[in-house]
Amino acid sequence: MDVSQFCSSTRLIIVAGKGGVGKTTVTAAIASMAAAEGLTSLIVEVDGKSGVGAMFGQAEPLTYDEVVLADGCGPGGVGQVRARALTPDDALVEYLYDHGMGRVSRRLASSGALDVVATAVPGIKDILVLGKVKQLEREGPVDLVVLDAPAAGHAVTFLTSARALADAARAGPIRVQAEAVVELLSDARRCQVILVTLPEETPVNEVVETAYRLEDTVGIKLGPLVVNGVYPQLAGLGEDPESVAERAGVDVTSGQVSALRAAADFRHRRQELQQRQLERLGERLPLDRVELPFLFTAEIGPPETQVLAGALATGLRAL
Amino acid sequence: MSAFRVADLAREAAIVVCCGSGGVGKTTTAAALAVEGARAGRRACVVTIDPAKRLADALGLESLTNVPGRVVGPWDGELWALMLDTKSTFDDLVTRHADTPEQAAAILDNRLYRNMSGALSGTQEYMAMEKLYELSAEGGFDLVVVDTPPSRNALDFLEAPRRLTRFLENRVFRLLMTPTKAYFRAVGLATQTFLRTVSKTVGADVVADAVTFFQSFEGMEQGFRERAAAVDELLRAPSTSFVLVTSPRPDSVQEARFFATKLADASITVDGLIVNRVHPTFGDAPAPQGLGDLTRNLTELRALSSADDRHLRGLATLVAPAPVTRVPFLDEEVHDLAGLERIRAYL
Repeated sequence: MDVSQFCSSTRLIIVAGKGGVGKTTVTAAIASMAAAEGLTSLIVEVDGKSGVGAMFGQAEPLTYDEVVLADGCGPGGVGQVRARALTPDDALVEYLYDHGMGRVSRRLASSGALDVVATAVPGIKDILVLGKVKQLEREGPVDLVVLDAPAAGHAVTFLTSARALADAARAGPIRVQAEAVVELLSDARRCQVILVTLPEETPVNEVVETAYRLEDTVGIKLGPLVVNGVYPQLAGLGEDPESVAERAGVDVTSGQVSALRAAADFRHRRQELQQRQLERLGERLPLDRVELPFLFTAEIGPPETQVLAGALATGLRAL
Repeated sequence: MSAFRVADLAREAAIVVCCGSGGVGKTTTAAALAVEGARAGRRACVVTIDPAKRLADALGLESLTNVPGRVVGPWDGELWALMLDTKSTFDDLVTRHADTPEQAAAILDNRLYRNMSGALSGTQEYMAMEKLYELSAEGGFDLVVVDTPPSRNALDFLEAPRRLTRFLENRVFRLLMTPTKAYFRAVGLATQTFLRTVSKTVGADVVADAVTFFQSFEGMEQGFRERAAAVDELLRAPSTSFVLVTSPRPDSVQEARFFATKLADASITVDGLIVNRVHPTFGDAPAPQGLGDLTRNLTELRALSSADDRHLRGLATLVAPAPVTRVPFLDEEVHDLAGLERIRAYL
């Protein structure tokens, strides 16, 4: 698969996965990879608390206003990563402004009346967010929008709410908006979902279930599956520490030998577990797959984001 | 309640609330604490929200029954488990507080009400606490361990009762139920504009549903408010303990710190900190240089271990003097009673 083709095949990429699988990291890696191809990508986060800024060396949390996280990333100094937050409240206030209710929107929000509406019309908050994302996809000055979808079990609800609402609302602007979102989500030329998981039992089960539910209920295009945190293979790990030390002419104590041995055993066991889960994943989900390496650093900063973007590009090229 | 070890809480507290972000092993930890309680001869019940399938199977939770099921095992006490069904817990609550069966039926049938358990944020948290109250106050359990829902807002489970009461007392819609001229003036121009817009954008039936709902609910707010106050009081009782569960990953620790701070703001003490999936140190012998992949592996893994330490140090100080329990990486995911026993051994 050609990387620049991947980055420009749809103008919207939705990154989805359970909490803790590294969804935001993968969002950052995709945006960064696209920027390295000379594109302008926009990261949109909807959870209101992702640490995506830090992955580009920016400590400030994202706000409604767009910021540039990285510039001049591609050949000839073109290519940018931008980012902004978009919470349901932001989208709602903007929607009300657009519908001539700007002055009263905040006061009504604080009266709790909006809670009643949001409860009476489940999914309305998701539609407001996705409607705004659609607007960015259609009109935005960027080449690629990368949406960091809500965590936990929310991803499926988030993406199916449009169809439910289009069916439920009989008429009116919300129905129009829901239909436009359904159209976007089911158009493989405009939008794709990148599912992220870890090579562990529960995340594997969940990603398989999410993939089938999304395909069945939303008819959304599933891009390659990203498996995060795969331990890189080390060829020399199976060797006996004492013989290696003897060969290298290094003096080792018995404490050192047992530390080396225990660490090698630990890594072996974890790698075996990961391999087993990767096999299960392959059997149960026939999707193209890209594996990203486990990073032995504590935090994901700009250099780590670069490493992951590179690994992602390499993985995509190999497909 | 002060304790030297987290396991002491399972032997002494009446309620243990496990909180923390998603994906850190909260459900498993809650189940292991309940096993500890049963081992100590107590009648213990674990309330879970969304267990992984194999653990649910091991606990006999193949379906949402909303009543505790007994788990047989090698303990002197009793172990019960329940998977929370938000909708039917709410239904029970409505039925209990309604003046007449007709009033209950009218509410249960309302479309707005039927959406509430799925769509009103905080409802699941509130029902978890409601179930906890019911089991602890009326179920005859010595120990109830509850696993809080993974939520974006750290304190949803504490704030939910108040938020729901506020929702049920919604002024705008209550005033609409008596639409005399004077009341309409009280509702105000902005509200009328708002309601007109709501009718226009999402349909007039939405407003009609809401009005019917609040009409049916008339007279029940008091009962709900009292119940919410009782639940809140129980959560703040000295026999209720809060255990913070986390992993040593920087994002989890960040959330745990946020959680601990918020709990402190609400005058709630963290009684124990459980850190799952801690990396091993492999002893203290310095890594020998020049042994290729073997050296590299030991160095890399130890870097993870010291990063764990660094991340956890501040958190431990924040919750001091609460005991800190480190549960190492286990070779297998926990999906049976033997696995719970392995975790229990570290508590």
